[in-house]
Amino acid sequence: MGRKDKPKLAVWKFASCDGCQLSLLDCEDQLLDIAGAVEIAYFPEATKAVQPGPYDLSLVEGSITTPHDAERIHQIRRDSKFLVTIGACATAGGIQALRNFKDVREFARIVYASPQFIDALNKSTPIADHVKVDFELRGCPVNKKQLIEVLSAFLHERKPNVPTHSVCVECKRQSIVCVMVAHGTPCLGPVTQAGCGAICPAYCRGCYACFGPKETPNVAALGCWWHDELDVPYRDVVRALRTYNAVAPPFEKESVRNEH
Amino acid sequence: MSTRTIKVDYIARVEGEGAMRIEINDGKLTDVKLKIFEPPRFFEALLRGRDYTEAPDITARICGICPVAYLMGAVHAMEMICSVKIPKPIRDLRRLIYCGEWIESHILHMAMLHVPDFLGYPDAIAMAKDHPDVVKKALKIKKIGNGIMTLIGGREVHPINVRVGGFYKTPTKRQLESLVEDLKWGLDASLDMVRVVSGLKFQDFEHDYEYACLRHPDEYPFNEGRLISNKGIDVPISEYDDVLVEEHVEHSTALHSYVKGRGPGHVGPLARYSMNFDKLTPLAKEAAHEAGLAETCYNPFKSIIVRGVEVVLAFEEALRIVDDYEEPDHPYENVEPRAGTGYGCTEAPRGICYHRYTIDDAGTIQDAKIVSPTAVNQKAIEKDLWHFVEANLDLPDEELQWECEQAIRNYDPCISCSAHFLNLEVKRT
Repeated sequence: MGRKDKPKLAVWKFASCDGCQLSLLDCEDQLLDIAGAVEIAYFPEATKAVQPGPYDLSLVEGSITTPHDAERIHQIRRDSKFLVTIGACATAGGIQALRNFKDVREFARIVYASPQFIDALNKSTPIADHVKVDFELRGCPVNKKQLIEVLSAFLHERKPNVPTHSVCVECKRQSIVCVMVAHGTPCLGPVTQAGCGAICPAYCRGCYACFGPKETPNVAALGCWWHDELDVPYRDVVRALRTYNAVAPPFEKESVRNEH
Repeated sequence: MSTRTIKVDYIARVEGEGAMRIEINDGKLTDVKLKIFEPPRFFEALLRGRDYTEAPDITARICGICPVAYLMGAVHAMEMICSVKIPKPIRDLRRLIYCGEWIESHILHMAMLHVPDFLGYPDAIAMAKDHPDVVKKALKIKKIGNGIMTLIGGREVHPINVRVGGFYKTPTKRQLESLVEDLKWGLDASLDMVRVVSGLKFQDFEHDYEYACLRHPDEYPFNEGRLISNKGIDVPISEYDDVLVEEHVEHSTALHSYVKGRGPGHVGPLARYSMNFDKLTPLAKEAAHEAGLAETCYNPFKSIIVRGVEVVLAFEEALRIVDDYEEPDHPYENVEPRAGTGYGCTEAPRGICYHRYTIDDAGTIQDAKIVSPTAVNQKAIEKDLWHFVEANLDLPDEELQWECEQAIRNYDPCISCSAHFLNLEVKRT
C-alpha cells in the first residue's frame, strides 16, 4: 500500500439504533484482522481510547435530527479524508423520518409529558443533505459483507463493488421462486437495491425495501401492479413505501403522489 | 471551598450516547447525573396509524443490539389482542431465536465491553494482544449466537422472519440439527467463560435493590410470565402500568421509570437470576456455584458472571429446543384483527422490555407505549453511582472515573433503546 502508518478509522453515531455499527463488531471472523489493518481511532461503542483527528476514513451511522447534530456533522466532515455513510438512517433519514410527513411538535406531545424539553428538528435528514459524502452504503441494517467490501476497497484505494441493481437479480441468481408471481405476495424487490441477499423472498416474504430504491426504479409502475393485480389499496402502497427509507426521493415522491 | 468534578462526556462501550457528571464539594458528594443525549426518535408517535402487523419490524429499529426483544414484545401484545394461540413448535422457535440474542448480546457485553474494565484495557482489541484466546473464544461464541438468529430470523440485526402469529417460514428439523455441533461447543466454551470472569477482581459493593423481572411456573423466563419483584410485586403484565410508572424529568433523560410509591427498580440478569435461580438448568446452577455465586446476587459488578451463567442456560435451552423440535404444519397462525388493547413484556438481555398497543377493528394502531429496560435501570444506575462514589471518595480522580464508568457498564445500558430518551441541552463544562 505504500503507507507508513495505518489509516485511522472513526465511527460516528447520529440518530439510529446502533445496528449498523454493531455489524462491524458482528464481523467475528474478520474483526481482529480489520483492527490489524486500520487504527481504530474513534469508536465509542467499542473503545474508550480516543485519538484526535484528522481521520482517514469516517463511517457515519444515523440521521440528522437535532440542531446540535446538524453542526456536529460539519466538524466530522472537516476532520475526515473519506466519509462513508452506513445504513438507512444515514443514507435516507431512517424510520425516524416518518416525522417529516407530520408535525414534529405533535409527535413530541404524544411521547413526552413535557414536550418543551425536546430539542428536535422538524425533519430527519440523511447526512448527504448536510455535507459531501464519498460513499453511501445502504441497508437497515447494512450487510456485513458489503461493509467489509467498503473497508477493503478503501484500504486498496479502489471503488467499492456494491451493485445498484434490484433485489430481483439476487432472487434469480439464487433460484428463489418469485413470491409476487407465484404466491401473489406484494414485494418491493423490483424497485429495491440488492445487497441483503434477497432474504425476505428466501423466507417466503415480500421484500420491504430496507435497502432503499435501486438505480432508476419504476416505483409508479410497481404501485399500479400492486393495486391492479394484487388488490392492494393505495393507502397500503403508501405505508409500504414509508418505512426505513421513506424520504429516499423515488419512494417519497411516489408515496406523496399516492396519498392524494 | 474545593470542588472536584468527575465527568465523562461520552461514555464508551455502551450502546448509544450518554454522559456522566459527578460533583464533589469540600469532600462531600453533592451531585450525580447520568445524562442521555440520544436524539429522540418518537417511535410511539410514528406507530400511530400503522398496521398492527408492522409493529414488530418497526419497533425492532429501536435497538440494533436487541431487536428480538422488540419483535417478541410486539407480536405477543398483538396476539393477546387478537386471542391467538401459538402452537408449541412456534413458541419454542421464539425461545430459540431469543437464546441467540442473549448469547450474542451477553458475550458482546462480557468480553468486548465489560472485561476490559476489569483488566485495565481501553477495549477488547487491545486486550486481544495479551489475551488472544479469551477474545477469540468470545468472538466464536458470539458468532454461534448470531448464527441462531440468522438461521431462524434471516439475519442477526433486524431479523426479517418474525410475524404476528408465528414466522414467515419455519426451519426444517435438519436445518436446526445443523446447529447442534456448534451449540455443544458453545456450551463448553461458555462454561469456560464463566470460569474466566469469576476469577476477576470484584468491588466489594452490594445494594438492596428492588429486582423486577418475569417469572414463569415452568421455565427460566424469556417471553412469558408474571411481573414480580423481591419487594412484593406479583401481577400479570397487563398491570405493568400500575406498578412501574414513568416521570418526565429535565436533567438529561426524558422518562425515568420507577416502582410506584417506592423508587428505582432494577431489571436485567441480576434480577432474573436472583428471582429465578430455581428455574436454571442443573448445569447452569453448578456453573454459578463453582463461580462462587449464591442463589441471589446483589453485587452489580458480578453481573458479568451472571451473564455468563445465562449464556450457559441459553446454550442448554437451545439444545433442548433443537432436540424437541417437530416441524409445524404451518409457519404461522392466521390472525384476524379486532379492536382492543394488548400487552407484551419479555426479558431482553438487559431486562424486561414492555409494549402496550391499542388497535381498532381494522388493525390500525391507535396508541403505543414502549418501555426499554435501560429506562427502568437509569435511576438504579444513578443510585449505584451515588453509593459507590460516597464509599470511595478517597480514590484519585482518574481511578474514581474508571470505576464509575465500570459501575455504569454493569447494567449493559442500551441507550439507543430509547423510545423515550430525549435530547436536552447538554452542558459540557
